[in-house]
Amino acid sequence: MTDLRQGASGAVLAASLAARPEVGGEGYWQIAWRRFKKHRVAIVGASVILLFMATAVFAPFLTRYEFDQIDLYRRKAVPSFSHPLGTDELGHDVFTRLLYAGRISLTVGFTAALTAAVLGTLVGGISGFYGRWLDNVLMRVTDVMFSIPALPVLIVLARYMGGSVLGIVLVLSVFAWMGTARLVRGDMLRLRTQDFADAARALGASDARILFRHLVPNALAPVLVAGTLTVGGAILSEAGLSFLGIGIQPPTPSWGNMLQNAQDFIWTTPWLAVWPGAMIFLTVLSFNFLGDGLRDALDPRLKV
Amino acid sequence: MGAYVARRFLLLPLVAFGVTVLIFALLQLVSPEQRAALFVTDVKQLAQLSNVIRKYGLDQPVYVQYGMWLQELAHGDLGWSQTARMPTSEAIAAFFPATLELTIYIFVPVVLIGVWLGTQAAVHKDRFVDHFSRLFAISLRGMPSFVWGLILLMVFYGWLNWFPPGRLSLEADLFTKSPQFHSYTHLLTVDALLNGQGWIFVDAIKHIAGPALTLVLVEMALLVRITRSSMLEVLRQDYVRTGRAKGLAEPVVINRHARRNALIPIITLSSLLFVGLLGGVVLAETIFNFPGIGKWGAEAAVQLDIPGVTGFAIFVAGLTVLGNLAADVLYAAIDPRIRLG
Repeated sequence: MTDLRQGASGAVLAASLAARPEVGGEGYWQIAWRRFKKHRVAIVGASVILLFMATAVFAPFLTRYEFDQIDLYRRKAVPSFSHPLGTDELGHDVFTRLLYAGRISLTVGFTAALTAAVLGTLVGGISGFYGRWLDNVLMRVTDVMFSIPALPVLIVLARYMGGSVLGIVLVLSVFAWMGTARLVRGDMLRLRTQDFADAARALGASDARILFRHLVPNALAPVLVAGTLTVGGAILSEAGLSFLGIGIQPPTPSWGNMLQNAQDFIWTTPWLAVWPGAMIFLTVLSFNFLGDGLRDALDPRLKV
Repeated sequence: MGAYVARRFLLLPLVAFGVTVLIFALLQLVSPEQRAALFVTDVKQLAQLSNVIRKYGLDQPVYVQYGMWLQELAHGDLGWSQTARMPTSEAIAAFFPATLELTIYIFVPVVLIGVWLGTQAAVHKDRFVDHFSRLFAISLRGMPSFVWGLILLMVFYGWLNWFPPGRLSLEADLFTKSPQFHSYTHLLTVDALLNGQGWIFVDAIKHIAGPALTLVLVEMALLVRITRSSMLEVLRQDYVRTGRAKGLAEPVVINRHARRNALIPIITLSSLLFVGLLGGVVLAETIFNFPGIGKWGAEAAVQLDIPGVTGFAIFVAGLTVLGNLAADVLYAAIDPRIRLG
């Protein structure tokens, strides 16, 4: 079985490197890593994301305050040594809230993207593998979901299911899986007719085994790229919904609701809007860069 | 082309079914008592909510309720919107022209400047214009429209006081509501010119500029990139070289020969952009307090104005679906590979 799987990745390698000169001894992921390292902006993006993830995870060690700790004697304080980014209208330490908001935003982004990727891979995989009427039904469902305008439905959905992180994640996942499903389906149509799939079948492997052990792993590169871009998109959507007041509800901080809050004091304390705005901007930009880099590294012809 | 367009049209009822079921399903998350309260006009009726529930069929099986709801929808009966303080269908009619006007003032500059800049970037590849357009596209790509909108609001209203929020200043608003002013199109800038009131035109433009500028810059980035790559692809082709070899002037080659073929993806993208904008102006309208359909929809959602938010979603969704269909048909009509294939 192991031999077959090597054969499988070898086939893809040969296919993706057909036009390239001889590359000796390196595996698919090593080649991808080598290409990725050359993409400087993507490295910067990845570093920024890792930094933000680290600050979110270690938030309690980086600050002396609680995210819901108010100090009515120090409201809307300018940045100082004790409050590096100042305080908001209730005396919350803004730096602390930014860190904890990062937890929420990154969790929402990653969970929504992961859910969407799994759902999309499942739908696309089954659709492309079985073909016929099942493919037809699943792809029409995908078409319909693509045609449903996300924003108005998101607003309604978020209003009824929002407020909690889980609700927002569900809402965002529902509208994010279709692209992945189409990509995976296309790959399945190509992969299922290849020799290694036939070989696995001849050895008596079940449909599920062929699909998930042999075919899907070969189609993961575009899923990874689409997933990375989805993380950025989901963070942006969460921030937008929270900004409108229908996403994550205070006192739980999110960059979106911090920004909404800051909007009321934009004339007196504009810096309150600067921090969450900058965090959203940097995070979304970093994920876009990382996605671009991964795309170039994994498959230069791929356009997601 | 026939088969392609026919398939798109066949999808339409499915999409309509999908949208209505999704939104109807969401309504089911609200308890029958809460929904019954929407029909109550007299406080005394609140004591007999169960009667109201029975009268409006809110205790019927879900599929019966769905059928009844669809019937109401077909008659344009969307209920009373609390946030707009008028029937939802009237609220849509009242708020939509402002959004349409804003959309036009975003769409036209985006397409004109975007296509021009994209062409310049492709023709002068790896020169200053190209680098500038790339930098521009990259820096705006991750910029959330609401962050950008807030920055513009601070600069152009707070600091320079050029673009005030709202749709009209007080005097202009009073004048447009007076009998001397005829609303022909409900697009304020057009009506102002038709009435010969230059000052109202200027006033309306000043109010529209803030939200328009927010979205023009954000939306243009993508169009510039697409135009650039589409032009580059066409410029590489043999017939362009032939044109140059024949000694045609460069502007003729670029504008008449190359750009015409490069326009196919651009037209598709632009029509999708137009449709997307109609629903996508929610955040910009909210920030600049621009009384369009998006600001109303967001307000309705926040205040749990169920008829309002449902009507908003159905209307925008319907518009988007029809617009996307039009974009598909347009695409099929202009691309000979689909038209003849």
